[in-house]
Amino acid sequence: MGFFIAQFLTGLANASALFMVASGLSLIFGVTRIVNFAHGSFYMLGAYVGYTTMQMLPGMVGFWAAILLTGVIVGLIGVIVEICVLRPVYRAPELFQLVATFGVILVIQDLTLMTWGAEDLMGPRAPGLTGIIRIMGEPVPKYDLALVAITPFVALALWFLITKTRVGVLVRAATQDREMVGALGVNQSWLFTGVFFLGCAMAGLGGALQLPKGGADLLMDFTILTSIFVVVVIGGMGSLPGAYLAAVLVSVLGVFGVTYIPQSTLVLIFVIMVLVLMIRPYGLFGRPEVAGEHGQVGEPERPIKPAGPRARMIVAAGLAVLALMPVYGSSFAMVLTTDILIFCLFAASLHFMLGLGGMVSFGHAAFYGGGAYAAALLVTYAGTPMELALLLAPLGAGLLAVIIGWVCLRLTGVYFAMLTLAFSQLLWSLAFQWSDVTRGDDGLVNIWPSAWASSTMVFFYLTLVICVGGIVFLRHAAHSPFGYALRAARDSTRQAEATGIHTKRVQWAAFALAGAMAGLAGGLFVFSKGSVFPNELEIVRSFDALIVVFLGGVKTLSGGVVGGAALEGVKDVLTRFEYWRLALGVLIIVVVILAPDGLVGTARKLAEKWGLMRAPEDGK
Amino acid sequence: MSIVLETRGLSKSFGAIKAVQDVSFALQKGELLAMIGPNGAGKSTCFNMLMGQLKPSAGTVWLNGTNLSGHGPRQIWRMGVGRTFQITGTYASMTVAENVQMALISHNGRVFSILPYAHRLYRDQALDLLGLVGMADQADRHCAVLAYGDLKRLELAIALAHEPSLLLMDEPTAGMAPRERVALMKLTADIVRDRGVSVLFTEHDMDVVFAHAHRVMVLNRGQLIANGSVDEIRNDPRVQEVYLGGGTLFNPAEEGQHA
Repeated sequence: MGFFIAQFLTGLANASALFMVASGLSLIFGVTRIVNFAHGSFYMLGAYVGYTTMQMLPGMVGFWAAILLTGVIVGLIGVIVEICVLRPVYRAPELFQLVATFGVILVIQDLTLMTWGAEDLMGPRAPGLTGIIRIMGEPVPKYDLALVAITPFVALALWFLITKTRVGVLVRAATQDREMVGALGVNQSWLFTGVFFLGCAMAGLGGALQLPKGGADLLMDFTILTSIFVVVVIGGMGSLPGAYLAAVLVSVLGVFGVTYIPQSTLVLIFVIMVLVLMIRPYGLFGRPEVAGEHGQVGEPERPIKPAGPRARMIVAAGLAVLALMPVYGSSFAMVLTTDILIFCLFAASLHFMLGLGGMVSFGHAAFYGGGAYAAALLVTYAGTPMELALLLAPLGAGLLAVIIGWVCLRLTGVYFAMLTLAFSQLLWSLAFQWSDVTRGDDGLVNIWPSAWASSTMVFFYLTLVICVGGIVFLRHAAHSPFGYALRAARDSTRQAEATGIHTKRVQWAAFALAGAMAGLAGGLFVFSKGSVFPNELEIVRSFDALIVVFLGGVKTLSGGVVGGAALEGVKDVLTRFEYWRLALGVLIIVVVILAPDGLVGTARKLAEKWGLMRAPEDGK
Repeated sequence: MSIVLETRGLSKSFGAIKAVQDVSFALQKGELLAMIGPNGAGKSTCFNMLMGQLKPSAGTVWLNGTNLSGHGPRQIWRMGVGRTFQITGTYASMTVAENVQMALISHNGRVFSILPYAHRLYRDQALDLLGLVGMADQADRHCAVLAYGDLKRLELAIALAHEPSLLLMDEPTAGMAPRERVALMKLTADIVRDRGVSVLFTEHDMDVVFAHAHRVMVLNRGQLIANGSVDEIRNDPRVQEVYLGGGTLFNPAEEGQHA
């Protein structure tokens, strides 16, 4: 019994930081309709800033003052981000906002690395709360008890602020109808900034409060991101009680899970999440999302036509140049091109569902990594030959996409994005935790191509044929009735349904096809590297593809492929610098704000302006 | 004449609010029937039940002798019902012709085919339909740049793609200029005459209704209060009361009952 209570209290204590970060995210979303993907970064900043302020302010009073001060500092950093990055994109489609906040993640990561260095920091212990208390014979840290006691007060204070004060009335009014609040003479932009300050301050507080328990490290941002997504999805976006309840649920389950089923803690939490979504799609306390709220950026998407003879000639010439690479290129160039080709197929598969279907997936790595692991596991445990493994990899990933898609497509918009991310994290944690099968962090190694394809040149040609074939297939599918139906479902679900198109089923099929193609890319990747590690399933991998599609141009057919080639090429140069994330992050933010049409879209516009390409008859 | 659409005792309640109460009517083949009534009379609720978006609380809907209960919008479309929306729904990223081709692709059950080029499928049929609504010259324009009146005509072409026996038009002329309104309803009347389609439409513009409808139904507070020819409706005292003041809203005794 004592053990049970002690476990429960630990769970409650863990819920503390989680609640604060999640409620901040929820608050920001409620008012600004932006899912702040950088919220985990503010939590991380809270931990680092808290570490520094605690060193400057000693003693018991100093400790708590340092935590409050940290909240204010992180909140102010949030204000800077809001003004510089988010204000220009409030009216943009959600994808732009998500990508912009991802740029912020990269920038904050490198700025933190610059300021505090790469080593993990041990958090100072809270003065006066260093010992333990025995409850029915079981030890419970005093600091945990303090957290358990504090959190409800923070929650109450927030609740009071939101429900009982004038500011709270404005915030709630803005949550329901921003334009009306603006029409009533409230300065919306400062209201948004204020809410962003509060939300980031909450994240900072959370980061500082957990210092004595967990310290500070550079991976904190992504680690907490998944948890807070799970929390807001379970609790319901924009609901404080929901955030608290879900934080407690997730943390307590986590603690008990570690004790009783250590191998599947994460799986357990995801199962709970899926169950909640089955019964209440918008979370325990959430309201249905109003769809179609986001505006347009740039010109509307144009009709598509299959490439004409001239474009086909150019592509054929480009392919010929690629195919002749063994003649003039080094073997390093061939390896690099192999990487780029695989990545292009991966990006093209995401582009298919995102660009044509409007389904913004933040977890596409689940299928890339899924295909890679499918192939690697087959080779390792069943001795499957490469040829068969390359066939089964897309099948496995496609099957996975059928299952994951079935759950995720119950929701749309930001919820869909968060769910896909959560699922890819689930797979990552499976690959990471289930080390009996996947060998965890050590990865699966010694997975080489069949003898005939083992030379760099032959494998290069194999990759070239498969990737180009895959990309051409996806491109053709875009022009087929199926691709048109996918666009129809995106453009006007109402009209599509009213003319007999089962839009969910079309999207589901597209999700599965995109997953299978990503799996094919993953399968090729395994054989090109000879190994696979859990990081092929990481958030970063999903974001890579997303950003590539975005940089290339969402509204253009070749955006994915062009972006993929450009970014993989640039990355090869960029990663030689120490702070490449900073540069990439800034680049992403600049593109989001200044060139929302992406590389292909911008190039097309310029070409039309200079008369190199014919402008559409009634384009502006 | 045969009956295309018939409702019997159609009702819908939202909690205590009776949005539609016991509405029964029949629509003949080749008839252009208007449903009018003030805001909140229950017209949209009625339409949504006919299209399968809302489930009636009571009553049935029959289409050519088949009970539509339990069918969703997609099946009802497949049974030969076309519809246009109050606010147009078109595929902005496609050309005008492709918008119609999409409906034809769906009608022919080829939504999931992945081999042919979509823009070549059923193009001639799509052009014929566009010709019918006077949009053939704009077939290859980008849908996103069309004028609103043209979008309405395009939507009509889409709704006609599967040769429906019944067309439901929810405020077909809302948001259009007066001259465009008359033109669109004249077009609709021509289609009714030439193709034998039956049309049920809701409308606020009485000029449009009285100029083109064969028959008019008046809905008020969820109940059907009149159903007859244009002249009958024009001279019906109850309808005049609803539309021309002395309306129930200003009747203190009536108001007291509802409060």
